[in-house]
Amino acid sequence: MYQYDKFDHQLLTERNRQLRDQVERRLRGEISETEFRPLRLMNGLYLQLHAYMLRVAIPYGMLSSAQMRQLAYIARRYDRDYAHFTTRQNIQYNWPKLEELPDLLDDLAKVEMHAIQTSGNCIRNISTDQFAGVAGDEIEDPRPYAEIMRQWSTFHPEFSYLPRKFKIAFTGATEDRAAVAFHDLGFKLVKNDAGEIGFQVLAGGGMGRTPMVAKVVREWIPKKHLLSYAESIMRIYNAYGRRDNMYKARIKILVHELGIEEFRREVDEDFENTLSQSLTLDDAEIARMQAYFTAPDYEDLPATDDSVDMLLESNKRFRQWYERNVTPHKVPGYSIVTISLKVAGVAPGDTTADQMDAIADLADEYSFGELRTTHKQNLVLSDVPLAKLPELWNKLKALSLGAANVEALTDIICCPGLDYCQLANARSIPISQQISDKFDDLDYVHDLGDLRLNISGCINACGHHHAGHIGILGVDKKGEEFYQITLGGSPGNDASIGKIMGRAFSGDDIVPAIEKVIDVYLENRQPEEPFLACYRRIGMDPFKERVYADH
Amino acid sequence: MQIIKDRAIVEDDWHHVENGEALPDGKIIVTLDRWREERDALIGRKNSGLGIQLSSDQEAKDIADDLEHFEVVSLHFPVFRDGRPFTTARLLRERHGFAGELRAVGDVLRDQIFYMHRCGFNSFVVREDRSVEDALKAFDDFTITYQSAADEELPLWRRRG
Ligand code: SF4
Repeated sequence: MYQYDKFDHQLLTERNRQLRDQVERRLRGEISETEFRPLRLMNGLYLQLHAYMLRVAIPYGMLSSAQMRQLAYIARRYDRDYAHFTTRQNIQYNWPKLEELPDLLDDLAKVEMHAIQTSGNCIRNISTDQFAGVAGDEIEDPRPYAEIMRQWSTFHPEFSYLPRKFKIAFTGATEDRAAVAFHDLGFKLVKNDAGEIGFQVLAGGGMGRTPMVAKVVREWIPKKHLLSYAESIMRIYNAYGRRDNMYKARIKILVHELGIEEFRREVDEDFENTLSQSLTLDDAEIARMQAYFTAPDYEDLPATDDSVDMLLESNKRFRQWYERNVTPHKVPGYSIVTISLKVAGVAPGDTTADQMDAIADLADEYSFGELRTTHKQNLVLSDVPLAKLPELWNKLKALSLGAANVEALTDIICCPGLDYCQLANARSIPISQQISDKFDDLDYVHDLGDLRLNISGCINACGHHHAGHIGILGVDKKGEEFYQITLGGSPGNDASIGKIMGRAFSGDDIVPAIEKVIDVYLENRQPEEPFLACYRRIGMDPFKERVYADH
Repeated sequence: MQIIKDRAIVEDDWHHVENGEALPDGKIIVTLDRWREERDALIGRKNSGLGIQLSSDQEAKDIADDLEHFEVVSLHFPVFRDGRPFTTARLLRERHGFAGELRAVGDVLRDQIFYMHRCGFNSFVVREDRSVEDALKAFDDFTITYQSAADEELPLWRRRG
């Protein structure tokens, strides 16, 4: 993992001093809420329905066990004993007090963490593949580049007052697990025809009310130009992105209105006259960053384990958990374990302070003291010895964290919705809970296979409903909460935007409608055919006919 | 009126000329429109300084070829959230080599001044209802910066040593 040096520490200290001063000026009434707003937003502090909400950055989803314990401490000391993992690989506290914010941030700084740029019209926390560095399908580990980008984008003097928020994602794998095509700017490590590794650059993806799949700006740029090319893209966006209408201010609208060719021409023209050659990365800097992300001390382990094989034979629940939550590791004898935070009766991504401490202990015991967060609001232990899986599984079950549902129907992405969010049209957490309750038969859910169901409480799409195989969107119908269904979205290599099925459903009718959608899939699927493939084959009509049959 | 220039509080001796206003003697700052319409007359003025002001939707390239005529380029922030002048400032300094006074006017507040300074602004007309003394503290907000910009040629990773 990246470790702060004296410069990083100094910067964070200075930042916390600055924010303490801003909070004190606000509390004394020297600055108005209007002026304080962009300052607090630059630091992840939102005003929600009931209280402030603080979003803490987890850069590209990497956490040490010590950081996890500190996050638990903060949940107890400043919040109500729990915290919420978000779809941006970050963590949120729902009840901090403004007066206590400066102390909270000082406590975070003790473990090299902060809330910088987790909100506001600036470059947000950078996300990556949660399996970076351990996945078998990786061309190169993207984390060193994400860290290079994190530093470059932190308090960027030119790009801190952009037209709108700006999200960047990296992947180094052939399978895109970071939803790169749904980001403002995406970097994929790819090889060119000569076999050299560089970046494919994508821009203009996003969800929200005008969902768009990102377009390729450059098929390949050398790694050394990562920052200079990014700077040119940011500059064109800063100069020409729309500022007259906040709903049209994201880069996707600029790319769309200019057209990708014209956008590319502008970017390339700026890039050719790059402001500073000093931005060009050299091998030494790349190597310096890579040294922070070296492999842990893996042991020479056998690739299979008899006790695991036996348990897989004899215990169906273990087998289901293994099939859903365990991913092959690039090193023989190790596994990647995803801990599902989608537990029946709990809001997706919510975790108690006690669970967080316990998870930190598990990371120390089984996974070299490191953890990752995922954009599906789960946690990952990336380096677990195969032979330890049964033991780990038992401990997770004892913590109520044994849900065997990763990438399954009940692994729901869900935004906070009307329970917390001012912008919401409808509640989303209760809908996700009703779905978990309805589909509580593990065998049934297991049999459905990969199925992404995402819920957003309004068109801002924080719950990524556009990218769900099944999406649910909260809408307002004459002051009542209604829900629209979309089908066929996907965040991966085959990125697509879900299509609206038709008329919206009331809160009472939405879960039965989802059941019907699933029935249609079960009746039509071919052997081994996942939901998305089935939908793409048979189209919207069969679903529509069934769901609206009695209406 | 007091402004900040080169990190000190000084009396401003420049006059911002409105579009219809007759050209006074002395040091004046005119709009881009005025410059385009009265270019020759403005260049012909003797013993008096000339500056130009751009609104936030006007660009560095609009004046890039004329920079030799201006002692001051003034960039207007209609609201502090409008980040375009940050780009314009860097381009003027780092691409077009403008070495004169680069001033921030409009909604210029303490909490953005550090960034403005990094982008190449060296003079600041702080919003009227705000304390100039207080704004002066902004330059000390940070001693560490990750990026290269107008004030710093090298990104931090080339300076870590
Ligand atoms: S999607 Fe809408 S309701 Fe949900 S968190 Fe975002 S803004 Fe709030």
